[in-house]
Amino acid sequence: MTIAVRLRHRLGDFALDVDFAVDRPGVIALFGASGAGKSSVANAVAGLFRPALGRIVIGERVVFDSDARIFVPPRVRRIGYVFQDPRLFPHMSVANNLRFGWRRAPERADETEFERITALLGLEELLKRNPAKLSGGEKRRVALGRALLCSPSLLILDEPLSGLDEVRKEEILPWFEKLRDQTRIPMLYVTHALEEVSRLADSLIVLRKGKVAAVGSAFDLLPDVEFANLADSAPYGAVFTASVVSGHADGGLTELAFDGGSIFVARLDQPAGAIVRVRFKAEDVMLARVIPGAISANNVLSATVVATRLSGEAHADVQMSVGSIKIVARITRASLARLAIRPGLSVFAIIKAVIVDSR
Amino acid sequence: MLTAAESEALLLSLKVSGTAVGVALPFALAAAFLLARTRFPGKILLDGLLHLPLVLPPVVVGYLLLLLLGTREPLGAWLLQHLGLRFAFSWTGAALAAGIITFPFQLRAIRLALHSLDNGLAEAAETLGAGPLDRFFNLVVPLALPGILAGAITAFAACLGEFGAIITFVSNIPGETQTLPLAIYSALQSPGGETEAARLSALSIGLALVSVTFAELAERRVQAFIGR
Repeated sequence: MTIAVRLRHRLGDFALDVDFAVDRPGVIALFGASGAGKSSVANAVAGLFRPALGRIVIGERVVFDSDARIFVPPRVRRIGYVFQDPRLFPHMSVANNLRFGWRRAPERADETEFERITALLGLEELLKRNPAKLSGGEKRRVALGRALLCSPSLLILDEPLSGLDEVRKEEILPWFEKLRDQTRIPMLYVTHALEEVSRLADSLIVLRKGKVAAVGSAFDLLPDVEFANLADSAPYGAVFTASVVSGHADGGLTELAFDGGSIFVARLDQPAGAIVRVRFKAEDVMLARVIPGAISANNVLSATVVATRLSGEAHADVQMSVGSIKIVARITRASLARLAIRPGLSVFAIIKAVIVDSR
Repeated sequence: MLTAAESEALLLSLKVSGTAVGVALPFALAAAFLLARTRFPGKILLDGLLHLPLVLPPVVVGYLLLLLLGTREPLGAWLLQHLGLRFAFSWTGAALAAGIITFPFQLRAIRLALHSLDNGLAEAAETLGAGPLDRFFNLVVPLALPGILAGAITAFAACLGEFGAIITFVSNIPGETQTLPLAIYSALQSPGGETEAARLSALSIGLALVSVTFAELAERRVQAFIGR
């Protein structure tokens, strides 16, 4: 399924001039600082905002084309939209909120689908409650369920975790992963949080000052020293998929193999062969010229330096390749000079903390 | 406790006020929606026109109605002949006059409620497949219910007290157009009617207290219903 968006619009001093196409379904992150135009793009895709010029295609369907004077109104686009604030209808129970879009869908999913979604999001206990009486996290889940139940061809999540504290975010994020892995609905995930992108995104669109700065695979764009130029954000250490070699490696560890080596993580409850998503932060990568001897870190990867880039007053990002994957280390400028790190050099990357997500 | 004449005036007051508010309500809702949610040329003019009864002396409104709807006037005659509607010297005329005078109360309250509605909810409903009418009846009206109710109750109370427009348009006919204020006026005009006027005034005060209490209770129920 292709999602192609081309639009031009002027809002006062702000000019939106966006053109991108993503072929891969899954989670498409629309990433950028606040004011980059993310919500305007999301609203244009949903039909809540009509740009002056452009064309928007979702799958086979042209939902907007200024030349052909096509504008499909939002109520017929069937795009599930989860807003920054949950926007639950205060005069309806949770169940009636959930059924709002479901009742209005042209091909209404049957009751089993309603039960499946409520179970998937753990909403069974909340159905009779009044939205005002729900916690922030529960409200988000209901809003998500409501959008899912209108049988959407695309789900837009506009900063769905904004305003939640870290604990609540941790409570919601696994539901998004579950959704990505268990439904086939593509998601447009609008965010300015690098952490959420590295955890969820397959594809990445970077917006900057109303323009597309980069489009590509999240696995490729995030661990790239140039990401800092494009997105006004530090690059991520690495994001890649790996397969579980054995559930029971020595010392309570699980071995994960990827194209370039293997890493060890605290034991995972996953069968051999299972695919997981592995990531780490650039700050959690140390570099050594020689293989370190007595060291507590479990993961030392042999890497080749590809590029370096100075960052801020004191730091430098080092781009490396390990097999086919890209990793970035953030070190100090002093270390960069002391170790004489330059493109082509072979180094050892010591990964201090590895995060494993489901996939 | 009440004499036949007193209960007649009381029931007539309730009938006139209830009809006035009930008939004006859908018009007030439509006008409030137009003024709060849409843009069109001449909007300021319509706004002013609809609020005119608030600033005009009620006697003038009554006089204008007489000019327009008297049985010998073209429109009044036409309504009587083709629709069987007679307003002159009839309780329906009293209701019409009271409804027009109190229309701005309903309009303002509903408009205020519509203004305070969160537009984000309408957007959410739109993405979930709800068209304009659907959103109006399933979202806007229920959420504006406290305002609609407040407007209706204020208008009802004001109708109970309406005097000038009613007496000018449909005169003071016991059992037909003589509502409580008109009955108090008549009592004061007749020799020795002070006691009767006092009794009717006490009745008016009691009625006002009952409506205010009822309004408060209804308001709470509605707030609970929309989950505030």
